[in-house]
Amino acid sequence: MIRLEKRKEPSTLWSYATPFLAVALTVLAGGLMFAALGTDPVAAIRTIFYDPLFDPQYAAYSRPQLLVKAAPLILIATGLALGFRAGVWNIGAEGQYIIGALTGAGVGLALYPAETRLIFPLMVVAGALGGWAWAMIPAILKTRFNTNEILVSLLLVYVAENLLASMAVGRLRNPEGGGFPGSRNLSQWDAAANPELVAGTGLHWGVIAAIAAVIYAYILLNRHLMGFNIRLTGQAPRAARFAGVSPNRIVVFCLGLSGALAGLAGLFEVTGPAGQISIDFNVGYGFTAIIVAFLGRLHPLGIVLAGLLMALTYIGGELASFMLNIPAAAIQAFQGMLLFFLLAVDMLTNFRIRLGREAPA
Amino acid sequence: MQRRTFMGAVATAAILATGAIAQDDPVKVGFVYVGPVGDGGWTYEHDQARQAVEAEYGDRVETVFQESVPEGADAERVMTQMALSGADLIFTTSFGYMDPTMNVAQKFPDVKFEHATGYKTAENVSNYSARFYEGRAVQGFIAGSMTETDKIGYIASFPIPEVIRGINAAYLAASKVNPDVEFNVVWAYTWFDPAKEADAAQALIEQGADVILQHTDSTAPQAAAEAAGDVITFGQASDMAEYAPMPRVSSIIDNWAPYYIDRVGAVIDGTWESQSVWQGIGEGMVGIGEITDAVPEDIREEATRIKEAIGSGEMHPFTGPINRQDGSVWLEEGETADDETLLGMDFYVEGLSGEIPN
Repeated sequence: MIRLEKRKEPSTLWSYATPFLAVALTVLAGGLMFAALGTDPVAAIRTIFYDPLFDPQYAAYSRPQLLVKAAPLILIATGLALGFRAGVWNIGAEGQYIIGALTGAGVGLALYPAETRLIFPLMVVAGALGGWAWAMIPAILKTRFNTNEILVSLLLVYVAENLLASMAVGRLRNPEGGGFPGSRNLSQWDAAANPELVAGTGLHWGVIAAIAAVIYAYILLNRHLMGFNIRLTGQAPRAARFAGVSPNRIVVFCLGLSGALAGLAGLFEVTGPAGQISIDFNVGYGFTAIIVAFLGRLHPLGIVLAGLLMALTYIGGELASFMLNIPAAAIQAFQGMLLFFLLAVDMLTNFRIRLGREAPA
Repeated sequence: MQRRTFMGAVATAAILATGAIAQDDPVKVGFVYVGPVGDGGWTYEHDQARQAVEAEYGDRVETVFQESVPEGADAERVMTQMALSGADLIFTTSFGYMDPTMNVAQKFPDVKFEHATGYKTAENVSNYSARFYEGRAVQGFIAGSMTETDKIGYIASFPIPEVIRGINAAYLAASKVNPDVEFNVVWAYTWFDPAKEADAAQALIEQGADVILQHTDSTAPQAAAEAAGDVITFGQASDMAEYAPMPRVSSIIDNWAPYYIDRVGAVIDGTWESQSVWQGIGEGMVGIGEITDAVPEDIREEATRIKEAIGSGEMHPFTGPINRQDGSVWLEEGETADDETLLGMDFYVEGLSGEIPN
């Protein structure tokens, strides 16, 4: 008989070990899936995890791409994790990411074709404000009317997507693009571009912002009263209220900050790697960041590692997909397994596995 | 020492192995797809053409593909990785891949690129597209002849020239046989979203449409029409024959195989050159799927005649007199539309109601 016994205190050892265990189990189960699909599982796992980092043919290109792919994930996940710690569930980072890109790009394009160094910083501010404002909608609805922020923030993603599509074919459309959808290419306009800062590294302003956000979140959580209040609200909401922490302030702060960071991620993406506002500009960073936040144990440094790991599965997954003919859906299933196993083995932190019968009480 | 010899031996073996491959070096052709290969529409047809390339050239080619690649930064990375893996020719099969294709092409001058439905070219980048509006004219004729309510529903994806051109071509053909016909256009803002497309079809049917045309790729509108019973539809991008003979009475089929075989052949022979092509029914890039028995014989025969006349160049779907929606003259009597206007088409023709969202 196997049974679970609740631990008196969450195990510190297991809270660090479970992410690694989850990765190991994912590799195992993923390998079985690849084998069932008729692909050599060792080759598949190797292509996903090893080739992007060390294969002489690809690594020089893939390694910097890892940063490019991980930066928006880390930036968004860092903000989300703060909220998740306080029990504020912003599920709509994807929408805030879109709006940040739209407002930032909109401000920039309004000034086209001016050439001044001030445009990019202005766009950065506009992007952060856009994401913040979009997140304020669920925040205010929650604090004023007690609506559920999960639903409101999530549904606003679809509103944002439609706004994006309409902007790409309307207001922000490139007037010199022959009527085709999509804005001017911002990455090709020096004043608005977010270029690779050091050639061959993948380092762009979004990466720097992500690092700054991680450091800020770390300090906030460990050295600042607001961080303490956030943790307290998440762990013991009643105690927090008795201690004079305003739940509304926490909601507004967490949603606002995560929205602003998501907006920044969108802005850095649209001015850099993506280059333009297009109908399908958003590719799911806002949702994947939720996985990254949990995979990183809601801890700023954990999120950095989780973001890099997730980016690796994307880039390696693409390699595996076209080199070994693995369907894209199988790669997504592989990434899904990661979250599944993480949540499943999470139980080890709070429970002990016991063999044998329960002793009579 | 021993270890070094061993490594040396391995290295030599590796060089020999790659050398051996290099000798009969098959041409490596990459395909970047925007949807899953099983979408039954756009991407499915591109993948059919990829398989036709393999069947045609056998061992002389090796094809690789990547499905469901988002447009933008991810596409650029996928193309770069394909180029790094030694691809000689890469087909990028969605409009949104245009800028990524141009960027990657610049970095790999020895790799050839073929971009679908865009407008940019370079020394090593061709673009190709199909004159789907020719098929729309055939479809519009059948739709106008068949409708009893005089209401035709149109599920449009995005207000871009490609889609607007299709609406105009279908409307002109439909209103020619049936001047009372009305078009009701729903903008779905998606290329592929079965749930959204089903909703749009349902709404159009409830408003009295008994013909549904679609410029989205899923079979959901076909299923909605089948459930409604007396509504006819047309397959889009692929034949969608599983819904024949009713509701699907015909279809526009994207047939990329002849073009892909031709271009891969050009790379094998070393005669590939950058070009920009727009092919239609005549060249076989646009196919009209079987017109089923649900369509009365006289309409079927006339539709076939129209198809052949367009294919031979005897007839142009946009032949004047045609006015713009605002009543201004676009084409004089007997005048035909030039490609440039068609490629950038951003207006409705006279008779269509509603506005193009902007």
